[in-house]
Amino acid sequence: MNNIGTANNPLRVAIVGSGPSGFYAAEALLQSEHTTEVDILERLPVPYGLVRYGVAPDHPRLKDVADTYAAIARHPRFSFIGNVSFGTDFTLKELADCYHAVIFATGAATDRKLGIAGEDLQGSHAATSFVGWYNGHPDYRDLEFDLSGESAVIIGQGNVAIDVCRILAKSTDELRKTDIATHALDALAESRIREIHLIGRRGPVQARFTTKELRELGQLSECDPFVDPDDLLLSETCKSELSDVREPSRPRNFEIFRTFASRRQEKPKCCRVHFFLSPREARGGHRLEELVLERTRLVGAAGRQEAIGTGKTVLIKTGLMIRSVGYSGLPLEGVPFDEKLGTVPNKDGRATMTSSNGLPVYVTGWIKRGPTGLIGTNRADSMATVATLLADLPNFSPHHKPGRQASVSLLAQRSVRSVSFHDWEMIDQAERARGLPLGKPREKFTRISEMLAASGA
Amino acid sequence: MPHVVTGNCSDCRFTDCVLVCPVACFHGDDQRMYIDPIACVDCAACVPACPVHAINEVADLSEDQIMWVEINAERSNSTPVIRSKQTPLAGAEERRAALGYS
Repeated sequence: MNNIGTANNPLRVAIVGSGPSGFYAAEALLQSEHTTEVDILERLPVPYGLVRYGVAPDHPRLKDVADTYAAIARHPRFSFIGNVSFGTDFTLKELADCYHAVIFATGAATDRKLGIAGEDLQGSHAATSFVGWYNGHPDYRDLEFDLSGESAVIIGQGNVAIDVCRILAKSTDELRKTDIATHALDALAESRIREIHLIGRRGPVQARFTTKELRELGQLSECDPFVDPDDLLLSETCKSELSDVREPSRPRNFEIFRTFASRRQEKPKCCRVHFFLSPREARGGHRLEELVLERTRLVGAAGRQEAIGTGKTVLIKTGLMIRSVGYSGLPLEGVPFDEKLGTVPNKDGRATMTSSNGLPVYVTGWIKRGPTGLIGTNRADSMATVATLLADLPNFSPHHKPGRQASVSLLAQRSVRSVSFHDWEMIDQAERARGLPLGKPREKFTRISEMLAASGA
Repeated sequence: MPHVVTGNCSDCRFTDCVLVCPVACFHGDDQRMYIDPIACVDCAACVPACPVHAINEVADLSEDQIMWVEINAERSNSTPVIRSKQTPLAGAEERRAALGYS
């Protein structure tokens, strides 16, 4: 036994990543019966990960969860250390010197590719880039999207695909009062896109839209959604999937698709929700000009149907393709990584690894389980990881660890300009003040230098 | 439009919902759970988490479920926030089976 977690030897934990799963891990640690100090280390000068940079700007209510994280951050035994990169500014070995344990909550920062010819043509993008661009993420703010054509194709039928679709479909008046980045708003104001194709390889029963998001697509002021009525003619297997009482969202979504199938176009833009189509080839000179898709059909038992090609192809002329077909975490230096799943191999949140300089390593959120679930799903996930960590406490090195005092001075020695939560609050205030005259909740700083200048750090 | 806990929660109260709520909007008494409509941010994470599909967005309620909107708003006012998983009510599993959700 040891006395870690007591006032004499507080449990000191570093969490890498300040998105939802990182903050929920901090919350679970701080609310445990042990005396715990928690430092969240974040690559950017600003916290909240996908709440700031993933949630669509026209979903402001969802962004209110950040208030919950700010409340966690005000706990006296919590610190935010922003603008510090794992692997560059500090290593696993250094974390071992400062903390009893580390939890990686680094998410799924990269996207999966379609694996088709022509995928790298100009005009073909990952949803990660487009979402980061309109949300003002410093890594993506300088990207350019060609919105001069009349059509856009989105590959994938999840909630990110629907966000991208909505942003392309909305008028600038609908977006002007959100916290969308001004560079994106200006570009979207010039957009000539009128027809948006939302492509899924399976059918209307298998599509995994959240009902609420799908319904929203039918309520846009400038855009009518359509579904081909033929796509709603269901096989017996699909009918049995539709009537599965354990999946009540399926009939709800199907009902919405039915209303889409009987719409008449009255608005200037349209969104075509296509089923049973899979991209095969992107064609063009150096720019994307058209996309070849193959019609699919479903095979297999109810609940496990897969889409296979039928040999029949369909062409869509387009200069803009955005793929949203899955996300993957990035490998972390010194930590095992499953390339196929894009996650860190783990058992109940404890990373499966043999040597880590005696530092117990844990994971939570998308880097642990893959990119599934909604924001709140990460709370249960982080509570589970923290439960594993606390159960391991008797096996931890009994030594006192210096925690943030040592980590912050190490960073200072390296001339890394770290950002505290108070510094972030200065950035936050400055962003809100910038938004005020524009009628926006905030105007984000989109460059790290601007963030640092506003932080007073 | 907020989400509400409907009739299926009564006699079950599995409380899986509270673990995935990002904003602590669930309240409860010894019979069931309620969502505070002001705190709820409509993230919908609780909808698939409920083993008996008791939670719906207001827009998805059937006519005989509309009454739960007011009940959730009122009862969440006078009951404590529940943040951790509670023991389900006695008979919860049987009720779940009877509803066809096992």
